[in-house]
Amino acid sequence: MAKMDKKKKRLFIRGAILLVLAAAIVFALTSKKETKVLAVGDKAPNFELQDMNGKKVKLSDYEGQGVFLNFWGTWCPPCKKEMPYIEKHFKEFTNKGVQVLSVNIAESEFKVNTFIDQYGLTFPVLIDKNKSVSRNSYNVVPLPTTMLIDKNGVIKQIVTREMSEAEIVSLMESIQPE
Amino acid sequence: MSKIKCQCGHENPFGTVLCEKCGRPLTDEAKKSEMVDMRYEGSARRSQTYKKSVIDKIWNFFSSVKIGVSIIIAVLTTSAIGTIFPQKFYVPVSGNDPSEYLEYYERLYGTVGKLYYQLGFYDMYNSWWFKILIGMLGTSIIIASLDRVIPLYKSLTKQRTKRHPSFMKRQRIYGESDVSDSDESLKNAEKALKDLHYKVKVEDGAILAEKNRFGRWGPYVNHTGLIIFLLGVLMRGIPGFYVDETMWIREGETREIPGAPGYLLENVDFSVETYSQGEADEVFGEALEKNGAIVSEFKSDVKLYKEKEGSLPGSSDVEFMKEYPIIVNKPLKFDGYSIFQMDYKTGELKTMTFSLMNKKTEQSVGEFTVDLNEPAKEYDLGNGTSIELMEYFADYDGIVDGQPSSKSPIPNNPAFIFNMKTPEHPDGEKSFVAIRQTLEVEPNDYEAKFLSAETRDASGLTIRKDKTLYILLLGGIVFMIGVIQGSYWQHRRIWIQKGSGSEMIIAGHTNKNWYTLKKDLDKVKEVATLPAYTDKQDKEAVIDTTEGETK
Repeated sequence: MAKMDKKKKRLFIRGAILLVLAAAIVFALTSKKETKVLAVGDKAPNFELQDMNGKKVKLSDYEGQGVFLNFWGTWCPPCKKEMPYIEKHFKEFTNKGVQVLSVNIAESEFKVNTFIDQYGLTFPVLIDKNKSVSRNSYNVVPLPTTMLIDKNGVIKQIVTREMSEAEIVSLMESIQPE
Repeated sequence: MSKIKCQCGHENPFGTVLCEKCGRPLTDEAKKSEMVDMRYEGSARRSQTYKKSVIDKIWNFFSSVKIGVSIIIAVLTTSAIGTIFPQKFYVPVSGNDPSEYLEYYERLYGTVGKLYYQLGFYDMYNSWWFKILIGMLGTSIIIASLDRVIPLYKSLTKQRTKRHPSFMKRQRIYGESDVSDSDESLKNAEKALKDLHYKVKVEDGAILAEKNRFGRWGPYVNHTGLIIFLLGVLMRGIPGFYVDETMWIREGETREIPGAPGYLLENVDFSVETYSQGEADEVFGEALEKNGAIVSEFKSDVKLYKEKEGSLPGSSDVEFMKEYPIIVNKPLKFDGYSIFQMDYKTGELKTMTFSLMNKKTEQSVGEFTVDLNEPAKEYDLGNGTSIELMEYFADYDGIVDGQPSSKSPIPNNPAFIFNMKTPEHPDGEKSFVAIRQTLEVEPNDYEAKFLSAETRDASGLTIRKDKTLYILLLGGIVFMIGVIQGSYWQHRRIWIQKGSGSEMIIAGHTNKNWYTLKKDLDKVKEVATLPAYTDKQDKEAVIDTTEGETK
């Protein structure tokens, strides 16, 4: 019957309009103007930084491997404490497909080199000169911050404090590709 | 059940007060009344449907003017409350610690301030309930308008020239009497109305003269403007449409611009200039004497770089875009972004110059300058003399865990460990040098003596981008068009028709400004013989009270 059709049509139009308006409200509630903070489950943004020998290192170079991405500063006491443990275990995990990348935030080469010598670091150390990676892409606030990235480039865990030796080992294991 | 059939044969939707076609009153209430309510032409509001589903119920809720007005009052009240104390954004609390905010409001505004914080008014305009309230306002505007404008449009296009006498009788302006020659009167009236720029329709001994129907759409145009405005605000949430960020950048630094991914800014130089006593004229000279230095210009000389297409964050693969001096109100503009000069800091240490002194002779054997942000490993002074920088602490904080340490990377309190290599001591003498402090393991023959320091400034910049600005402007313009349309054009209608025998009836209606409608009628009456009319409300003082529709 024509009358039923009209009623259905009306219901449909009203439903559609209400749905659009509800969607607009939901959008207003969820959209944030603040800078986006990375979360577990996000794809780790790719970047390109130079290591201490001037070699360009990209995150995407390590596709298929787990990446232990550590942001640090020479002046940060917990960074100093965890560095030796990272150094101690990184070689063993390199063979298991887990790579350590440590990103210093905009300090001088002198400071970073002295630090590397002092702690005898052998894993790649990159300097984020313009803070483009640490501030804009990764939005790192506290130091140290460590991102555990799995072989698919997905962030598995974000640690924003000092890690113990045991933690470091278990975190590296967690991103080990099978 | 859902249709009402009028005597004229027209089927009206449920809820109709006056037949859409002939104007006969359909409800008992309308039949009894002296004068009909002409709001929305007596048409059924769309919400007044017979059977109701959940969707219809929600729809009817938002369609109600009472609900709409309640929402407006709620928005106005809460918005006003939000202005009583400063909002979170303006509170000088660093970080995001809630307890510090609570402390701030309590300290400054006492118990009321505490309550203000606890009720969430301190960040009101970002709160979920305020956003929902605005969303409900938008929903109410859209649904209430749709529900009224469509039936109004339909009944205005469907209206017949010849109305039923019962409709005519219930108009505010009405008159009936016998005239000598009704055909002649009609003809004259038609001409007179046309001269007054009315649109005249003639049909079967009846005239409908209409003017400015356009004015009836004013409120709906106005609402459309509001909706466009709200849409613009909503679009600020879409990434890339709206940016409002701040950045601090020291002289010599290059930083990626927050909110503008792929762009880098280098601060070449920041300077503050003041008006000098000499060049100022008399008036300003006096002011300068009174107030001391007055700033004439804050300026950041910057260079803008862009990461090359396809390059990654952090890549040094950038291309130079332009050089620009940013001064107040003259922002650097690129790709929709504007960078404004907002703030500055001076006096951060940049370099320190030392002189290497022979303690015995008190003779300098050379000077060297340490760049505190990019120190070198070795400073060669010639003649077999050099300084090796062994350690550098930018913000020296004493000995922590048996080691000298720095509490930040900012050179607030620089300290150094120098190894001074001289011909007498080719392996070097070690010395710890901090501000006003020199420590030696064993007494040295040489010392690095502080000579001078250079400082650098930092610029506080604001990055803005707003693609919604033109949408907001459009919304504002449409809003104003609606207001003007509804305020300055009045929809006037005059019905003249033959009754039984030699009788003629006239009726008139307008949505506002009845005085002019009557003046028009009087002009027509000068030319055509028409019945005298009466204004049932007859007080020129009470003109607009019947029309709620136009606000």
